[in-house]
Amino acid sequence: MKAAVVLFPGSNREGDAVRAIEAASGHKPAIVWHAEHELPAGTDLVVLPGGFSYGDYLRCGAIAGRAAIMDAVRAHAARGGLVLGICNGFQILCEGGLLPGVLMRNKDLRFICKMQHLRVERADTAYASAYTAGQVIKVAIAHGEGNYEADDETIARLEGEGRVAFRYCDANGAVGGTANPNGSTRDIAGIYSEKRNVLGMMPHPENLIDPLVGGIDGFGLFKSLAAA
Amino acid sequence: MQPSQSQQHQPEITPQLVAEHGLKPDEYQRILELIGRVPTFTELGIFSAMWNEHCSYKSSRLHLRKLPTKAPWVIQGPGENAGVIDIGDGLACVFKMESHNHPSFIEPYQGAATGVGGILRDVFTMGARPIACLNLLRFGAAEHPKTRHLVAGVVAGIGGYGNSFGVPTVGGSVNFHTRYDGNILVNAMAVGLAKTDEIFYAKATGVGRPIVYLGSKTGRDGIHGATMASASFEANAEEKRPTVQVGDPFSEKLLLEASLEIMAKGCVIAIQDMGAAGLTSSAVEMGAKGGLGIELDLDHVPCRETGMSAYEMMLSESQERMLMVLDPAKEAEAEAIFVKWGLDFAVIGKTTDTKRFVVKHNGRIEADLPIMELGDEAPLYDRPYVLTPKKPVIEPTSVKAPMSNADALVHLLGTPDLCSKRWVWEQYDHLILGNSVQQPGGDAGVVRIGDGPKGLAMTTDVTQRYCEADPAEGGKQAVAEAWRNLTATGALPLALTDNLNFGNPEKPECMGQLVGCLQGIGDAARALDFPIVSGNVSLYNETQGRGILPTPSIGGVGLIADVTRTASVAFKSAGRAILLVGETAGWLGQSVYLRDICGREEGAPPPVDLAAERRNGDFVRGLITAARVDAAHDLSDGGLAVALAEMAMASGIGASLTLDLGSHPHSVLFGEDQARYLLTATPDEAARVVAEAGDAGVPALIVGTTGGDTLDLPGEQPVTVERLSRSHEDWLPQFMSGPDVVSAYEGH
Repeated sequence: MKAAVVLFPGSNREGDAVRAIEAASGHKPAIVWHAEHELPAGTDLVVLPGGFSYGDYLRCGAIAGRAAIMDAVRAHAARGGLVLGICNGFQILCEGGLLPGVLMRNKDLRFICKMQHLRVERADTAYASAYTAGQVIKVAIAHGEGNYEADDETIARLEGEGRVAFRYCDANGAVGGTANPNGSTRDIAGIYSEKRNVLGMMPHPENLIDPLVGGIDGFGLFKSLAAA
Repeated sequence: MQPSQSQQHQPEITPQLVAEHGLKPDEYQRILELIGRVPTFTELGIFSAMWNEHCSYKSSRLHLRKLPTKAPWVIQGPGENAGVIDIGDGLACVFKMESHNHPSFIEPYQGAATGVGGILRDVFTMGARPIACLNLLRFGAAEHPKTRHLVAGVVAGIGGYGNSFGVPTVGGSVNFHTRYDGNILVNAMAVGLAKTDEIFYAKATGVGRPIVYLGSKTGRDGIHGATMASASFEANAEEKRPTVQVGDPFSEKLLLEASLEIMAKGCVIAIQDMGAAGLTSSAVEMGAKGGLGIELDLDHVPCRETGMSAYEMMLSESQERMLMVLDPAKEAEAEAIFVKWGLDFAVIGKTTDTKRFVVKHNGRIEADLPIMELGDEAPLYDRPYVLTPKKPVIEPTSVKAPMSNADALVHLLGTPDLCSKRWVWEQYDHLILGNSVQQPGGDAGVVRIGDGPKGLAMTTDVTQRYCEADPAEGGKQAVAEAWRNLTATGALPLALTDNLNFGNPEKPECMGQLVGCLQGIGDAARALDFPIVSGNVSLYNETQGRGILPTPSIGGVGLIADVTRTASVAFKSAGRAILLVGETAGWLGQSVYLRDICGREEGAPPPVDLAAERRNGDFVRGLITAARVDAAHDLSDGGLAVALAEMAMASGIGASLTLDLGSHPHSVLFGEDQARYLLTATPDEAARVVAEAGDAGVPALIVGTTGGDTLDLPGEQPVTVERLSRSHEDWLPQFMSGPDVVSAYEGH
């Protein structure tokens, strides 16, 4: 698998994404500067990493969503290519028109960093084949704006088309209440595009790839991609 | 050369203006003698910036010289942007702690944020990539009406800056006391990694080389910030709000990447960040360290607003700025890198051989001063001091237990000082970079270096009530506790940074606290081979004449040879023997039990036996690195009972204590005797450890067993771990959700 990680000014988890991809696939991904107009030839997977692109000074992801490289990313997605947006990357995908909805401020208005359980909603995608549907995994969250919102019609479509990738839950897989860290609609932690080739998610699977540092529940996502 | 007065309005230099610049009449006299004429307004500003307490250490320098700063592994001690130690494999650890107390009280979000920004810049200025941040925070009493607002703002500000910059905040310390009501403490520490042969320094070399300004534009923010930090607060502190700088972590992240890139390309000869006293201090330091003159032409300084005067530009503390001397052959290459990152790059002057600091603006010379004397001739005071009288020792017999020991434990775990600080550190990204082996909440943060196997442990500590009661013992204890916290993870403590927060040094009692604490810090650092490699002094921490508790914060760093062999606080399984290492006499003087259960802030603090610290700590570290024990915790505030409860809460596994508590159980359970650790091991291993400890002269006993879901103290009703956790976890979120919280959240 040939991967490319896009670097925006203010990205700060690009190294974590590179590490996870390399550990799972054995290949170091290319780093692509935001001002480029093309992805490296033969790119299979584009990753928009976590961070604070442009300081999040307008709306999170709003400026990066209009960066030069994003035309190439949109074209890649339109061809069915894989695009993974993590945290700020998810926000950029929403702002860049690749995924519906928006990430609002967390319900308690505070940044939150902690370990969080997720329920894998389906395993028949390029991103989740190493998991089983309904599996509960533990990954990290670290965001101030992860509260997913969309209009009722969009939510109904996402649910109807099975495009919810992950939901926040407790250790037993139960959703709702205090298991939802940020007030996200329907406990949504990540969503797919219509063809399920684009995934946006707030949590950080790239930080859970090592038993010494919190666990390896995030590694399945990268192993799935390496096998895709 | 005689500076020409600009035609812009320049105020006349009157005694009042001199006083407003924080310069004493005799200090002004010294300026007149040094330059042989009346200074210009800009020159007066430059002197006030260079000669204030914050930049010149004029009250503390004499005593700081006595601290041990050397060891074979120390590459750079105090005097540069940060300390540097050798950690093997061609790598160096670069670290420092610095205060941002006054700005954070006035504007908590921006004050704390720029404190983090400043210390990160100190570290990457030396060529190191920051890998972790820590902090030490002291707030006023929980009951004080401003406390909640300050906690919310400071925590959001630290998170807002560090999270965006992209460095994990892995540890810290948060305490509350009424003596900080009008003067909180915000001490931020940053730790970075560099190659030992690629460290960058401030010393300029070569005549006629370009001096380059990099980073954000200069605005009117922070003018006289360092002078404010060198004065005590009156009731109208908020009026100083305009002197607080505004942080921009996004620019700092770009500045980091651009700076490291041009360093890697070999463009940089000397580099200095613009921190306190901005352009003035950075330019003077670069010149003075290199024995060169500096000539600046302010017409080329990138400004955020028009019409800024030379005075304003020289004293601005706008953030995210750097000054460099570049290799002229690589100037274009460096500029291209900065342009790529969208940052300002301007040649604003050159090095000269005149040893003069010349500042030009609009074709006029606004300042022409002898550069060496600006630093070297700064006032140095041997301030009169009175050492703090010794307090009486409090015998356990004189302390009645007002409640059951189980109830006292539950209560203590829910006090402001001992409660869980989860509400705080969950607002800090502590997981980014994927190397946080131990996260906040334990004895020390543990960060893996790259892909391992090495790691660094880091901690911030001070027990200010001990320092108040006995500065020398308190200073010793602060160092010993940092050393112990590192040891409890299995790390070998290597060096420390200190952040000396005290009141008004012109008061002999206050100066005596500083002198006493430094004596203790020095003694402990020598005995534990734990040299001081960087630091910061923050004096005049007083409001309306009342000083803070003396608070010499210690930031310690230790090396872990193999991060797979560390210990953490949590019990690992049931059926383990619990070992207590160290002597327990039941010292209740200045304990949290005496203060928070009995309402008495009294007595002498526990004495620190440095030989015992060393012996016990070295023994414990050996057990951890040999993987013979699977949990370790140092004993500090709240003593044995609180440490045991913390180990139980971290794991959800209960324990039963079988130690004979003698005739004063509360003193054994809650006494704060030093040099102690709790460990767990299999029963067989524990028996062997006790035997070996005897041979090594280390007191060690098996005092209990892990298991069940309750904590059983001798002669007490069992308490469920769940009940302990509730008390521990609930206090801070409940306190912060109380009424009248001014929301200070601005980050993302």
